[in-house]
Amino acid sequence: MLSRIAESLFWIGRYVERADGTARILDVHLERLNHLPMEEQRSVAQELLAVMGARPQSEDFGLPELLNALAYDKGSATSIAGSLGAARENARRARETVSSGLWESLNTTYYGLNQHRKDVVGTYRFCNWVLERTAMVSGLADTTVSHDESWLFLVLGRSLERADMTARMLSTRDVLSAGMSWVNMLRCAGAYESFLRTRRAAFGDQHAAEFLLLDRLFPRSIVYALRDADECLAKLDPSAQRVGFINDARRIVGQARTFLEFHRTDDLMSELPEHMERVQKAVSQASDAISRKYFNQADELAWVGEVS
Amino acid sequence: MSDLFQDYSEAAGRTGAYDEMFTPGQQARESYGQLAGALRELSLADVTARADSMARTFLDRGVTFDFAGEERPFPLDIVPRVIPAHEWTVLEKGVAQRVRALEAFLNDVYDKMTVVSDGVIPRQLVTTSAHFHRQVHGFEPAGGVRVHVSGIDVVRDAAGTFRVLEDNVRVPSGVSYVLENRRAMAKGLPEAFGQQLIRPVEEYPRRLLSALRKTAPSGVDDPTVVVLTPGVFNSAYFEHTLLAGLMGVELVEGRDLICRGNRVYMRTTAGEQRVDVIYKRIDDEFLDPLQFRADSMLGCPGLVNAARAGGVTIANAVGNGVADDKLVYSYVPELIRYYLGEEPVIANVDTFRLEEKEAREHVLDRLDELVVKPVDGSGGKGLVIGPDASREELEALRKRVIADPRGWIAQPVLQLSTVPTLSGDKFGPRHVDLRPFAVNDGDDVWVLPGGLTRVALKEGSLIVNSSQGGGSKDTWVLADSPQVPVETLPREAITVRERVSVWPVESNWRDRQAEQQQ
Repeated sequence: MLSRIAESLFWIGRYVERADGTARILDVHLERLNHLPMEEQRSVAQELLAVMGARPQSEDFGLPELLNALAYDKGSATSIAGSLGAARENARRARETVSSGLWESLNTTYYGLNQHRKDVVGTYRFCNWVLERTAMVSGLADTTVSHDESWLFLVLGRSLERADMTARMLSTRDVLSAGMSWVNMLRCAGAYESFLRTRRAAFGDQHAAEFLLLDRLFPRSIVYALRDADECLAKLDPSAQRVGFINDARRIVGQARTFLEFHRTDDLMSELPEHMERVQKAVSQASDAISRKYFNQADELAWVGEVS
Repeated sequence: MSDLFQDYSEAAGRTGAYDEMFTPGQQARESYGQLAGALRELSLADVTARADSMARTFLDRGVTFDFAGEERPFPLDIVPRVIPAHEWTVLEKGVAQRVRALEAFLNDVYDKMTVVSDGVIPRQLVTTSAHFHRQVHGFEPAGGVRVHVSGIDVVRDAAGTFRVLEDNVRVPSGVSYVLENRRAMAKGLPEAFGQQLIRPVEEYPRRLLSALRKTAPSGVDDPTVVVLTPGVFNSAYFEHTLLAGLMGVELVEGRDLICRGNRVYMRTTAGEQRVDVIYKRIDDEFLDPLQFRADSMLGCPGLVNAARAGGVTIANAVGNGVADDKLVYSYVPELIRYYLGEEPVIANVDTFRLEEKEAREHVLDRLDELVVKPVDGSGGKGLVIGPDASREELEALRKRVIADPRGWIAQPVLQLSTVPTLSGDKFGPRHVDLRPFAVNDGDDVWVLPGGLTRVALKEGSLIVNSSQGGGSKDTWVLADSPQVPVETLPREAITVRERVSVWPVESNWRDRQAEQQQ
């Protein structure tokens, strides 16, 4: 398939998942933020923005600015509106390859972005709506796109972004050390009930973090998402080798996953920030490696041009 | 105040009740300051939009109760009820005290009955109670606790004093609405939350689970807890699913259980699995067809014997109903003095015992001024409010009271306190009660900071039961100082990390590739 199309699909997967993850994080943390005194609210809002990988535009950054930056700002790829807009833009460029169901659901979502009140109460509803829309997009992608290469790129993007988003959910624990943070982390990931059922009476930060990081069966856990990504990569490049891997992306994803899976969890809580940082780095490196291998023809041309 | 509160003070004055939010001069009480400020900012359109959205959320989430075979959302009013810290301290103490006394009473009546031999309470009263179950006489339940979960209904009279209206130590329900109401309010009225410390309620399921596990039969290391529900047709089925879900335990029906050798097992895909603690949400009469109603399909034969043999903990214990009997209720202050040697922290509502001849004659003369209740009723069933009843109803009541004086009690009509409640296009005063929930793990009685505030949605109505047109309000208990550690913990900045690295040294792929290309 065309590299350009593959790239679009990869980014549709990433952007839709980013919108989903951001909506989840915003929904849960908005509730906490609302309970804080003004001063603290501002600093926590800034830290939350930092966790999501952006910087405040101005000194005067409070709750309304946070809502704009994470939900409504169409110009920023960190925000939900920005991500969904970008996903739709990518789908438009690959419109002949994506199924009409997928395209329409993305397009409808894009036009629905403006129909929400932008205050706190409206944002709750907005987040809910986004979760519904993204679930619909993934559902349509799964059921109306053939599970060939194009679908693999979509799922690859989705899995990588999912690992990244879960890492950010875990990082928000630092931002709001306010009591019961682990409940919030789990709520973010929609993992609360699943967690309770698997862990019985073992509650607490450590167990919750372990679940979101390492659980082999929960689809939003980092290990699960990385394994998904790994499987996609393997299917995309089925050349079986006797020894080693030549695919950088596979190496990066595989190393991150195996390190996490086989690492002792005794000190998990103190090591968590490092884990999160490395997972996020691995995701961005893997994404770069995938770009180089599958999408990025322009670079090489430029290099050839330089020589001649 | 905005026009939403127009005519409020006038309407509140008409009821003659204590208003929780406003002093008679339409001044918001201190504890309601922030809330009043937040409501002042809202227009009617805002309020109704939010109320609609909250109702829709409830329906979406399935927060319903079953009424006449139909699932209905439990109406949640947008104005919460606020309880200041100093009032809560008293309530908390009073509820815990009552639970301890009832626990002691139940242990006693199913054992030596010293309370009878010491002349505190007549033997006949205990033995004629419909819920005094001889089947569970003479053994201490495994784990040693009988009242694991209780809901003590309290009301405020016209003077603003809290009084206990009734005790629920069988299967008190409603705690799921406490949890769901808080969730809905956090999203529906976020402005009112800021700047004040509202004590969280979300730890309830964990507290309950740890109490249930703690009271497991001795010798069990990792007890298995289940919630026993009568099934999907029960009016509180939503609550059963929510609690089982939040505790992360199985929700079982009677047919999922099997008793063998005085132990209880549940049928699972991995074969039979031992059950150690049953959080029972069905009535005693249906629990065990071997001991109680033989036609019950809801229970599991052998449970009571298993409990007797100490093979399983049933929470709440079988036979607790005798403490719920409204005639026993009238003795609770004496029971507190007898068992605990303390004065009751919260008083009862004055109660006439109709078995006593003088009281009965007095009551029969004034039937139209009093509330008459059946002693074993719950959910407001069978209750007659004198001033609202027709002549025929009162006549019928008189006959029934004379025929069975043991079956009834009478109380003066209490003007329950009021809280502003959205009705149509403005706020009006509506009567409320409060059901705080307590969890007893054997060592300590923990009272959930909050509770279920039920509100009679009809103007002037005193009946708050959901089956009779009642709704609920979120109940906020304020913390007086930020002693709840929540927001004050020092937070570390998230950018600075000085820790030993555990990951292998990073291999930098891009650089290497660049090298290879050169």
